[in-house]
Amino acid sequence: MLCRAALGRVGLWRGLCSSSRLQGQTGSELVDCTVTPYLCRLDTPLSDVPYERDLTNEQRALKEKEKGDWGKLTKEEKLALYRLAHQHSYCEMRQGSSEWKTVLGGVFFMLGFSGLLVWWQRVYVFGEVPHTLSPEWIEKQTQRMIDMQVNPVQGFSVYWDYEKKQWK
Amino acid sequence: MSLVKPAMRGLLGKRLRFHLPIAFALSLVAAAGFKYMVTEPRKQAYAEFYRNYDAAKEFNNMREAGIFESVRPSGE
Repeated sequence: MLCRAALGRVGLWRGLCSSSRLQGQTGSELVDCTVTPYLCRLDTPLSDVPYERDLTNEQRALKEKEKGDWGKLTKEEKLALYRLAHQHSYCEMRQGSSEWKTVLGGVFFMLGFSGLLVWWQRVYVFGEVPHTLSPEWIEKQTQRMIDMQVNPVQGFSVYWDYEKKQWK
Repeated sequence: MSLVKPAMRGLLGKRLRFHLPIAFALSLVAAAGFKYMVTEPRKQAYAEFYRNYDAAKEFNNMREAGIFESVRPSGE
């Protein structure tokens, strides 16, 4: 009941649920760090303090009514009292968000951008490659490796046909 | 309206009883797989290579190719 009703209200950053006061703040409301914060977490589920600490008059009246017979509370009042004490239900707490798509997209974008930077660096910053990587040198080097029978069991020289003098 | 009481004890034991046999089995499979797909073929390959290996002949081939500094090819 709580989950289905509240799913409509869930925004993008719900996964980062911590103190109610800290969400979506631009600095207009200061956080009082001397009192115990309300923690909305699955691993420390029942906070010592209620979610809504400063109650309006009608909320205070409801709290008074709560001190009496609970059978007299209507369903809406019970729900209101729940919402005063808790920010999210378990259902809402377990809910994921689509944040991972943003994160993955950002990661890929940054990788791509880094790739562009590396390419620019390769073209405009790095000097020439050493002469030992020129094709002629590599050819002579490979021939020498074959003559030496480098890795003749499972590696390099296995693939050279010594009779026909070519790669197998 | 009466919900079933959730399990309060023995949670770690239950998890271990489920996961440890699987972990051991998978480790053994990994070890066996590595043994029979990597080490045994490698041993066979080395055995095959050295079964009919003529060291002197191979040395002469290498010498003629000119890679040694202490023994030049027989022509020089």
